[in-house]
Amino acid sequence: MSTIIFLILFPFAVALALLVLKTDAARDMIVKVASIVIAAASVYLAVQYFGSGGEYFDFESETITYLMIGIETLLGVMIFYLGIKYKKYVASILAAIQTPVMLFFELGIGHSIHAANNLYVDRLSIVMVLIIGIIGTLICWYSIGYMKDFHHHHHEEPDRRPRFFFLLFLFLSAMFGIVVSNNLLWLYFFWEITTVCSFFLIGFTKTPEAIKNSFRALVFNMLGALGFTLAIVILGKYYGIMELNQLLAMGAMGVSVVLPVALLAFAGITKAAQMPFNSWLLGAMVAPTPTSALLHSSTMVKAGVFLIVKLSPVLGWNLAGVMVMLVGGITFLMASFAAISQSNAKRVLAYSTVANLGLIVACGGIGTYAAVWAAIMLIIFHAVTKSLLFLCVGTAEHNIGSRDIEDMDGLFGRMPKLATFMIVGIAGMFLAPFGMLISKWAAMKAFIDSGNVLLVMMIIFGSAATLFYWTKWLGKMVAIMAKQENIQQNVHKEEWLVLTSLTVLTVVICLVFPVMSSFLVVPYLETIYSSVATLALSSGNMYIMSAMLALVVLLPLLFYGKTSKRIVPIYLAGANLGDDLTFRGSMDKEVSVSLKNWYMDDYFAEKRMNLIGVIATVVVLVTVFSILLGGVL
Amino acid sequence: MNLTTSIIGIAAYLILAPIAGGLLAGIDRKISARMQGRFGPPILQPFYDFFKLLEKEPITVNRVQDFYVMCFFIFIVITGCLFFAGGDLLLIIFSLTLASIFLVIAAFSSNSPYAQIGAERELLQMMAYEPMVLITAVGFYILNGSFNISDIVSSQVMGIQYLPGIFIGFVYILTIKLRKSPFDLSMSHHGHQELVKGLTTEFSGKTMAVIEIAHWYENIFLLGFVYLFFANSLAWSPVLAVVVCLATYFLEILIDNSYARMKWQFAINASWIVAITFGFVNLLVLYFIS
Amino acid sequence: MSYVTKSPWIIHYDGSSCNGCDIEVLACLTPMYDVERFGIINTGNPKHADIFLVTGSVNEQNITVVKLIYEQMPEPKVVVAIGICATSGGIFKECYNIMGGIDTVIPVDVYVPGCAARPEAIIDGVVKGLGVLAEKRAAMDQKPAVAAEVKEKEEA
Repeated sequence: MSTIIFLILFPFAVALALLVLKTDAARDMIVKVASIVIAAASVYLAVQYFGSGGEYFDFESETITYLMIGIETLLGVMIFYLGIKYKKYVASILAAIQTPVMLFFELGIGHSIHAANNLYVDRLSIVMVLIIGIIGTLICWYSIGYMKDFHHHHHEEPDRRPRFFFLLFLFLSAMFGIVVSNNLLWLYFFWEITTVCSFFLIGFTKTPEAIKNSFRALVFNMLGALGFTLAIVILGKYYGIMELNQLLAMGAMGVSVVLPVALLAFAGITKAAQMPFNSWLLGAMVAPTPTSALLHSSTMVKAGVFLIVKLSPVLGWNLAGVMVMLVGGITFLMASFAAISQSNAKRVLAYSTVANLGLIVACGGIGTYAAVWAAIMLIIFHAVTKSLLFLCVGTAEHNIGSRDIEDMDGLFGRMPKLATFMIVGIAGMFLAPFGMLISKWAAMKAFIDSGNVLLVMMIIFGSAATLFYWTKWLGKMVAIMAKQENIQQNVHKEEWLVLTSLTVLTVVICLVFPVMSSFLVVPYLETIYSSVATLALSSGNMYIMSAMLALVVLLPLLFYGKTSKRIVPIYLAGANLGDDLTFRGSMDKEVSVSLKNWYMDDYFAEKRMNLIGVIATVVVLVTVFSILLGGVL
Repeated sequence: MNLTTSIIGIAAYLILAPIAGGLLAGIDRKISARMQGRFGPPILQPFYDFFKLLEKEPITVNRVQDFYVMCFFIFIVITGCLFFAGGDLLLIIFSLTLASIFLVIAAFSSNSPYAQIGAERELLQMMAYEPMVLITAVGFYILNGSFNISDIVSSQVMGIQYLPGIFIGFVYILTIKLRKSPFDLSMSHHGHQELVKGLTTEFSGKTMAVIEIAHWYENIFLLGFVYLFFANSLAWSPVLAVVVCLATYFLEILIDNSYARMKWQFAINASWIVAITFGFVNLLVLYFIS
Repeated sequence: MSYVTKSPWIIHYDGSSCNGCDIEVLACLTPMYDVERFGIINTGNPKHADIFLVTGSVNEQNITVVKLIYEQMPEPKVVVAIGICATSGGIFKECYNIMGGIDTVIPVDVYVPGCAARPEAIIDGVVKGLGVLAEKRAAMDQKPAVAAEVKEKEEA
């Protein structure tokens, strides 16, 4: 248990230290050492509890409870004040409702409920701890170089780096808290801290746009937190429980826990930026890129899906489950469509994140053995691959001065190494034989088995759209253009190190995924589901996949770029001017060749896709909650 | 299907598919010519073209496109091998997607306007047909409880009895896959010269020959899909299935010669509408009766 | 035997012509003449083509175009000049902007005169071109051998 407490407290201590220290050298040093320590501690935790599969800890402390209540109240007051200050009254109102309710409950009913096991570790927590501990710290490491450039680009503004790193490490601490808290009040506490961290990080640049978006994120997340609060109150008042494992046990025994579960799932949906709340995650892209990688793709949004995966045994074919399935499915479909119309790389990544989270949420909603297997695999693969892509875009942005995909034309010539990493990342997102596709395959099979035809159609059409927007991006980068200067020597050492590790990780986890599956995920599922169904992928198929992966890795190493053929200019209807980049246009003018991708705005306009998705999901949410509340009242 | 039959399947595919595919292409050109009131080329013409391309001077526009085309060929062959070895239908579809992506990337890598427009159109076509292909796999899975081709061809029921809608939908998108008019948007084998040769504009000589042979492999594999709808454990079913495959191919030739090329908007609208009406409804009925 | 003669693919370029010969070239593809009988396909892409059919003469504007198309065709390749304008400049020969026949810019292998050239004559020209194509193909095989011989001599 001491490892867990260390993992929560140590990043917090580092955060405080980084807030105080202002020199570059000290900051670099601390971030590097702390990253190594945190990563090592997470691995140690995994090794420690790997054999036993985890346990629950009888750990109580009045002081901690009061401390949490105190901090929560402070945060509530602060949000209330900031809401007034920036004239965002909705945030203030939500804070004014939520904080007193929580305070009243915790000091009243909550106080009388005895929660024995506040902390726990199981194999799912281990998976999450490893993601946070390894991917999270890699991102922190990357930030060292990135934030120097960022500060350099925004020189007129004050140096806010101490605050940035403070928030980053505070966030890591809170994330560790979320994945090991069994007491819902504790979980709620850490949940709130991640919300606040993300609020400050989105508003980091303090431009009007950033402030607007940060408040949107805050309001949506607080709506979810309101659901969380209500769930806690209902559980405390009517069921007399405060612990997550008791909630699941009650559900397993056949007690109807649909309403609190639906409320908790609602909180998860807001955090995971599902429609109708997806706009906060799109807005969050104004933040510095490491923030997007850390909070908005690999970890924080994963807190939302983590909760839903946790709840999945009590979801399935009940109202809460159907709500989660449909919201996830619709989000996957609509976000995939919307991604087609985007040319800003970060927005494409954001929509893809929303879509993949939707897939995980839908898997959690189905709640069968195979679906949850797919969901956990998706969480792992997505965390690695997406953080790689975000960080690549961050590096590209600082070196080519744009995050637009159209400007990444022929990136392969300008930054070959970066482009290779990006290509691995993109291929990892949607192509066989990489991890995301394997998980999607399993998810599809789980959907079919669950008998939900609508969901099957959503994944089928969503996948088709996924294929389109990733490949056209890929196409931009592989284009070979003449006369290009290599500009990648300006990239920081730290950035290369992190990008290389993540690329290697992307490939390696695909190779070792059968091992991960049979030693980490399947044992976890066996503790939850009594009946163990066969998995989607037979061992034969896994071998074929591994062989394909080996082929995909080996072929480029052996044959890429080798040719003895005569190289000739491209065909430009005979009007070439000799360099493949210009041709002789009408009136004898020189015209440069300019190629653009298709965005199909007539079909997949972002606004329209969002509108349809929001309306559909709002209908689902409202219907489900009216039925549930109608049953209660 | 056990290991021996799998190996026989793979070996037969590797050797016979290019021969059958080339002959089919030759017959296609002959029948097309007759439909247009012409005499037409010899049946072996596709092979002459293939060997001629091998004899041409090797040229390329950059160092990498041949690599991508080679990957396209390798994965098309792997896809077909998996299919004829009785493998998993979803795996086969994913492998086919991977192969097609390599071809698109090869075209993109040339940075040539005609090739790029072809590549974008090819992607669009992929987006158009992909749902229906996946629905086909789902349909077989619900019917047989397995994605394995070996289980599908040895099942008691005949696919077409329960999957008529999906069959119609599949034949519809087969027109795209076989690059037939009205959907030959990306390569334009009938000289529609606004995009020269589209996707394949920058490929010449041996590279082009590799693409040709890959298409023969691919076409045989696609007809294998049609075969699945009619094959079951009955002894005469393979004969019926092969006859239906040939009839389907003839139908595609007829469609090819009867329609002018449509806009890309029509390709995606029509394919998705067909996928939703025929495919989805068929799936719903299947769930309802099973 | 070379397969080049069995599958000649064509690219057709129209210089400054009156379009009479172009119409006749296209007439060759119709059911009446059906050149696909000989495996001839009009590709419209120099990178796929074996035979370059040029109608009309060369002028200041299209001189680079004709050159480029020719350069972009992989060996072995043959140029067939169709119509009197393509062979010599025809009635436009004296115009201020006309360079003359195609052979002022690129080497021509077969000349098909006529105004306009008849389809039969065009087909005949292409078939003559096939002979040249086969010779050039054979020369391609010999070249490495010849080169090796020269090298051996030098070494000796």
